Amino acid sequence: MAFRSSTRWRFRQPSVIPGFGLALGVTLTWLTLIVLIPLSGLIWRSSGLGWSNFMALVLDERTVNALTISFGTAFIAAVVNLFFGVVLAWVLVRYRFPGKRVIDAMVDLPFALPTAVAGIALTALYAPNGWIGSLLEPLGIKVAFTPAGIVVALVFVGLPFVVRTVQPIMEEIDKEVEEAAATLGANRYQTISRVLLPGLLPAGLTGFALAFARGVGEYGSVIFIAGNLPYVSEIAPLLIIIRLEEFNYPAATAIATVMLFLSFIMLLIINTIQSWSRRRYSNGA
Amino acid sequence: MALDSSSVPTAAPSKLVKAATSETRIARLTLIVVALGFVVLFLLLPLATVFIEAFRNGPVEFATTLRDPETFSAIRLTLIVAAIAVPLNLVFGVAAAWAIAKFEFKGKAFLTTLIDLPFSVSPVISGLVFVLLFGANSALGPFLQKYGIHILFAVPGLVLATVFVTFPFVARELIPLMQEQGTSDEEAALSLGATGWQTFWHVTLPNIKWGLLYGVLLCNARAMGEFGAVSVVSGHIRGQTNTMPLQVEILYNEYNFVAAFAVATVLALLALVTLVLKTALELRYSDEIAASRRH
Repeated sequence: MAFRSSTRWRFRQPSVIPGFGLALGVTLTWLTLIVLIPLSGLIWRSSGLGWSNFMALVLDERTVNALTISFGTAFIAAVVNLFFGVVLAWVLVRYRFPGKRVIDAMVDLPFALPTAVAGIALTALYAPNGWIGSLLEPLGIKVAFTPAGIVVALVFVGLPFVVRTVQPIMEEIDKEVEEAAATLGANRYQTISRVLLPGLLPAGLTGFALAFARGVGEYGSVIFIAGNLPYVSEIAPLLIIIRLEEFNYPAATAIATVMLFLSFIMLLIINTIQSWSRRRYSNGA
Repeated sequence: MALDSSSVPTAAPSKLVKAATSETRIARLTLIVVALGFVVLFLLLPLATVFIEAFRNGPVEFATTLRDPETFSAIRLTLIVAAIAVPLNLVFGVAAAWAIAKFEFKGKAFLTTLIDLPFSVSPVISGLVFVLLFGANSALGPFLQKYGIHILFAVPGLVLATVFVTFPFVARELIPLMQEQGTSDEEAALSLGATGWQTFWHVTLPNIKWGLLYGVLLCNARAMGEFGAVSVVSGHIRGQTNTMPLQVEILYNEYNFVAAFAVATVLALLALVTLVLKTALELRYSDEIAASRRH
């Protein structure tokens, strides 16, 4: 019996728990209505454009510039976040200092604060007459209304992704590993750079990729501080909205499809990193 | 033996000698200063700015700008949209978690990936897909126009875009939690004669209530604060289809900075309340919420 049932293909394993049909039915219906139909509508509309037409829209100079700016600034912001995120996670996990709990809770602020609010606040800070902007202006550094402003907004938005993926892994590091390294004669710097940081690499990369992916699609916090100058500081999501307002649906659809395609690739990369790290670090951390 | 161990002087950790597994005092201080400086610069200053800018011309002007009828209707609309979108995703999240966590079936991993999909889509695209679906030049457009059904530039469109954007929140929180809890409690209840619904209400729900609340909290914060997706479908009709974040944008673009920041303080307070409740849940019920930060 057991032998027969294990070889027969079955959709689900038998279980005494009721409600599978209802729960899966609700899930699939809702998923189809809200996510799958709308997204396939986008793909369908862009496939209706025809390949040459689609490529012409995508390779339009302003579109290429907007995509380059979106991906470039998101990449720089993710690098900044990777460095400071790991430092911040380290400080929160290893050290004790007054106000630590508040700082730990504050890390999630970018998740909770609406992006438009973050956008206008950062603009007020970094504008030439703002607190930080007025300090930078004598040095000849302009942040607001330049691509640097976009990076600042994306650093704000992406920070929790790195901290929250690295922090739990850091908490699980076995003290014995460090002690072993120290006994074998490694100094503290060697222990950290050769023993601890490599173990954090998969989590760091995942956090980096999540922050990067979020930054590429981000809109609300960026548009206020960016200045939105075509070819200079105009991000791809904003160009989609501009095309929509011009009733240029084909162009909006084409840009959106390219962004969607690229973010799926990133999702794939994130999943690959995670399964690779699970295989590599399955025993121990 | 006992004599031995007491006679051997234990290496008392002297304050002067640094343990091999900790950094020097200077390194520690540098790291703390760098980390805190970063938090102050990128998190605390922007938050403080919202309140400082809102009260720039004193509390009287702050209060009058908030009493504006357009702001009022924006607050009302935000509450309405969240009040529809959050319960819908709550029911979906519980159903999805029940199916995924309590049963083994083919394609489960793929289904989980599909549920997470909205998180990796730009908010602008989340709004665009509904414009393409219901807009005037879509397949459905003429039909909707004929029967006078307003989806875009009206409440249904705002709700749809918000539901899309907040789709994974509750499910994502519940799935790992319910997987961890397993099915033995439910099996015990069923074997004692409880019906499926009784099992759900009296056994499963009490087990997951804090995790559920946690998911709803995050879902609600995003629903009320969503900007990009609703901006595409709203049409920005003043006093009618402007949610609070959109009202912030409009006031800001009119150089009405004090009013923009006044509305923003309401949203910032919402974010702070969310953070406080979230932290409280994490501290008090850490075993009963599967916060993604734990594993």
